[in-house]
Amino acid sequence: MLVSIKWLKDYVDFDLTPAELAHKLTMAGLEVDGIEQKGPSFAGVVVGKILSIAPHPNADKLSLCVVSTGKKNYSVVCGAPNIKEGMLAPFAMVGATIPGGYTIKRSQIRGEFSEGMLCSEGELEIGDDSTGIMALPDHLPLGQELAHILDLTDVVLDVSITANRSDCLSMIGFAREIAALTNGQVKYPHISLQEGSDKVHDMTSVTIEDPDLCPHYTARVLKNVKIAPSPFWMKQRLEAVGIRAINNVVDVTNYVMMEFGQPLHAFDFRFLEEGRIVVRRSRQDETFVSLDEKERILRKDTLMICDGKKPAAIAGIMGGLNSEIKDDTETVFLESAYFLPTSIRKSARWLGMQTDASYRFERGIDPQGVVKSLERAAQLIQQTAGAAICKGIVDEYPRKSDAVKTVSLRTSHVNRILGASLTDEVIVDTLTRLNMGVTKTGEQGVYLVHPPSYRVDTDREIDLIEEIARLVGYDQIAPRLSGIAVQPLTKKPKEILTEKVSSILTGCGFSEVIHYSFVTPKSCRILNIPSADKRTKMLKIANPLSDDHSVMRSTLVYSLLNTMKTNANNGCHNLKIFEIGKTFIDVGRRVLPLEKEYLSGLMTGLTFGDFWHLKDSPADFYSLKGVMEDLLETLKISPVDYDTSQTEPYLHPGRSCAIFVNRDLLGFLGELHPQVQSRMDLKNRTLVFELEIDMLCRHFTDQVRYHEISRYPSVTRDVSLLIQKNIDVAKIMSISKSVGEEWLEKVNPFDIYEGEGVPQGMKSMGIRFSYRSPERTLKDEEVNTAHRNIVNHITRATGAKIRGENT
Amino acid sequence: MMVQLEELQNEAEGEIGAARSEKELLDIRTRYLGRRGILTGLLRDISKVSLQDRPLLGKKGNDVKDFLTEKIDMALSLIRDADKEEAIVQETIDVTLEGRRIKPGRLHPITQVKNEICAIFSSLGFSIEEGPEVEREYYNFEALNIPDDHPARDMQDTFYIENDILLRTHTSPVQVRVMQDQAPPIRILSPGRVYRPDFDISHTPMFHQIEGLLVDKGVCFADLKGVLTIFLQGVFGKKTIVRFRPSFFPFTEPSAEIDIQCTMCQGKGCRICGQTGWLEILGAGMVDPNVFRNVNYDPDEYSGFAFGLGIERVAMLKYGISDIRLFFENDWRFLSQF
Repeated sequence: MLVSIKWLKDYVDFDLTPAELAHKLTMAGLEVDGIEQKGPSFAGVVVGKILSIAPHPNADKLSLCVVSTGKKNYSVVCGAPNIKEGMLAPFAMVGATIPGGYTIKRSQIRGEFSEGMLCSEGELEIGDDSTGIMALPDHLPLGQELAHILDLTDVVLDVSITANRSDCLSMIGFAREIAALTNGQVKYPHISLQEGSDKVHDMTSVTIEDPDLCPHYTARVLKNVKIAPSPFWMKQRLEAVGIRAINNVVDVTNYVMMEFGQPLHAFDFRFLEEGRIVVRRSRQDETFVSLDEKERILRKDTLMICDGKKPAAIAGIMGGLNSEIKDDTETVFLESAYFLPTSIRKSARWLGMQTDASYRFERGIDPQGVVKSLERAAQLIQQTAGAAICKGIVDEYPRKSDAVKTVSLRTSHVNRILGASLTDEVIVDTLTRLNMGVTKTGEQGVYLVHPPSYRVDTDREIDLIEEIARLVGYDQIAPRLSGIAVQPLTKKPKEILTEKVSSILTGCGFSEVIHYSFVTPKSCRILNIPSADKRTKMLKIANPLSDDHSVMRSTLVYSLLNTMKTNANNGCHNLKIFEIGKTFIDVGRRVLPLEKEYLSGLMTGLTFGDFWHLKDSPADFYSLKGVMEDLLETLKISPVDYDTSQTEPYLHPGRSCAIFVNRDLLGFLGELHPQVQSRMDLKNRTLVFELEIDMLCRHFTDQVRYHEISRYPSVTRDVSLLIQKNIDVAKIMSISKSVGEEWLEKVNPFDIYEGEGVPQGMKSMGIRFSYRSPERTLKDEEVNTAHRNIVNHITRATGAKIRGENT
Repeated sequence: MMVQLEELQNEAEGEIGAARSEKELLDIRTRYLGRRGILTGLLRDISKVSLQDRPLLGKKGNDVKDFLTEKIDMALSLIRDADKEEAIVQETIDVTLEGRRIKPGRLHPITQVKNEICAIFSSLGFSIEEGPEVEREYYNFEALNIPDDHPARDMQDTFYIENDILLRTHTSPVQVRVMQDQAPPIRILSPGRVYRPDFDISHTPMFHQIEGLLVDKGVCFADLKGVLTIFLQGVFGKKTIVRFRPSFFPFTEPSAEIDIQCTMCQGKGCRICGQTGWLEILGAGMVDPNVFRNVNYDPDEYSGFAFGLGIERVAMLKYGISDIRLFFENDWRFLSQF
């Protein structure tokens, strides 16, 4: 809301600089976002009088004028059609500057000298009219600076009005607020008007069919109106608060709206069929063309202002083109009414229209300001458009709301909520400054408070407490820490887990990323996820910003791949990233979706980056698996099985696996499926994992149980096996362990080889077995027996042949 | 013989002094002091001289031997040290080359700021609570005293899934859920993702908020000021100047917006603070009695305060980031700076 300080001073006296005023308002809850100095954008322009006009000898459309500044006469070439002898006009003398950065020079126009320039409103940027020279009132003193005479300087505050303070959507509202803050008085405008002899009730009538939406409707009829531009002062004020001037009638309705906060509407009476108004709900599919020339198809329940036959305005939102004030309008039907805020809001939202009027109605105008504003507007139209006001007003008030509100207030409660010790006196004084009536009750410290009708936000004790705090000043309440007792804190397992995961993964070189939770609906298809998979039940946003962000993601993997791609496009090909975030699965209408949290990661490019001393190898399955092993081991999650019996559709079937802990599926890990890789247009090998946070939570522990360290040496035995290619190391390990030799400490494959010297379909595997006893040093023969037993089991179970042994 | 010993010592000393390598010295040692060395031979001959001369000669012989041994050892160690030094010089490397690095990853700046904020409130006994990101309209609005068709809804444009289900526009619904499930006292902090349909240099359709709630008997506005002042001074520095000014949120009353003096211009007014000298950081207020009634708390018995802040906003101020969208582009050149 823009507030003109010059305008404001009509209603309240205050001795504050704009900055001080802005600070006071801000600290009282009316946040000032900006202070704009308004002033003329011209200098050296004075009041000039056209003494004589003669045709220009060399140009048909130009005239030669003699212009007087009182002291001296100047000859000026002018092309405007509206110049008259004796007319007063803005005269830019040689050396004057006018908007656009022009400086007036003595010049020759078609052979004639011009010692200055006569200006239009448009040229001086004090109005829209550029068609002719601006005519100034006759009484102005010649030679005076125009900027000074027109009083063009002003300061305009841009104030954010919170949704509760509809009473501050007007100049009077601000004046009241400033008066309360400075202990001043509000000077309300004096309203007086001359009524004519024609009776309004003979001319028109108002029928309210839906009083639930329109409890109060008032109107006046004004005849003999002469439509013209508004006087300069009114245009200037409207312009200062951001409203475009149109004509004297429309401008008055806007002026009074800005003055009192009551939106008004003026109809051209001749277009109101049957000369009467009916206030009713719209009918389904009724059509209506609003002032902005848009045809609107209405649904049921929009409150409409109709004439005897058809809609003429959308109540409280916008008038109709059919009854608009025109240049030849003579009789005006002026409306001032109260509409139900929720109804206006609902309609405005549905129609997608927000106007200055709807903004005020939906926040709640002063229910007792309806008639006053009507009278004020009639007065101003009479002043500016010479209207004859018909006798009497139409005042339909089927649902009266003139009861005085009463709120009970306990001063002890005020201090309890604020943590302050305000005296009853201060509290009563504060409320009184806000025009609230305060009466004592029989009980000490309990008062009955009567907020004014325009304060639609003060119905409860707590509302009054806020008012008191606001006016006393939040800075007057001392901060306190003693009231907050010390309290022990236990962290939840998930917090501990995410902290650990973050620190392990960053230690492994992974950086955290955060993606939008919404993705393209194509993401599942791109990831090969089949339609039977529940992840294809993506949650759709009804009003997305774009199609690419129109569904909630059901896996984090797509987002990670996208980030890899954008980084590759930026020349960054080595990436190790992870994200912790929720996924969403639609489980049906009217129920909340399934939200599950995942930890996902991606690795691509060189494992350790581009180093001078190290020919780094590109990340492959084992690079990521190493990270996974580090992660799970550090989280003390065990025993972990890397199981190839199932995998993700977006992973390479031969280079991926599921991760199980005690039969619980933790998640998956592997190389990206080549199909997905090419669909996403990714160049480098890509490794991804996705783990379920709840599962990690279930299995991780930060409890440690110390195992005694053996003081006796270990004995190792190496064996090299020729074995079928498809037998994995896990199998060898599990056979070795299943034999049950108690001294077997570790089985460690140290060499895997396929190729030359190894038959097709076979591989050579070197394995080191370590044996140790916690009680004594083992003898060679004991170790040999145990080792032989294990190797025999392996060869028998797998058909492996021993290529060599080393003891 | 005495003379012979003298000469031998001089001769050997001369050779030792002239020797330039370890090998020469070792040869000298062998030649004089070895099993078949010259001095060893002479000392053996001492047994042949008269009994009377023997002690003197013997002593002299041993003195020469000790003298030469010491000389040779000294010369050897000098030469060996020189060799070592030479080798060390040869081993010099370029220490300005980059080391072998694991290059630890970074946490996202939002997480870093979130962790910092949570740590401060943890120390004040606030525990973390979470709630669904896809929420019912009731929890996001109605229960928080924001009825349908109320202008306060304008404060938050909303992504809808269907009529009654939406993407939460703030973390405040967690307050309601927690109060519904737990009896007072309550002291919680709820960080998380929230959603509003906006996209420009200062808005992204998803961002992060932290919501805090403290409910107990006798909690007052002065407590709110105390706790939030401590918090802001924890994040922005002990000397941070904080101001509380009235505002409006449907779920708190009295409500406050909390500014810190602009960190860029120290309150003089600059581009960052829009010439006001202040930066708005927090929204807060005393929990509205209607919210308490919605969760069956007695507003005459309990009171409390709630606050909320945007993590991105704090991160942008802290790191000097001017475009909020950068947080979610995940450009490595951005991420690697934190």
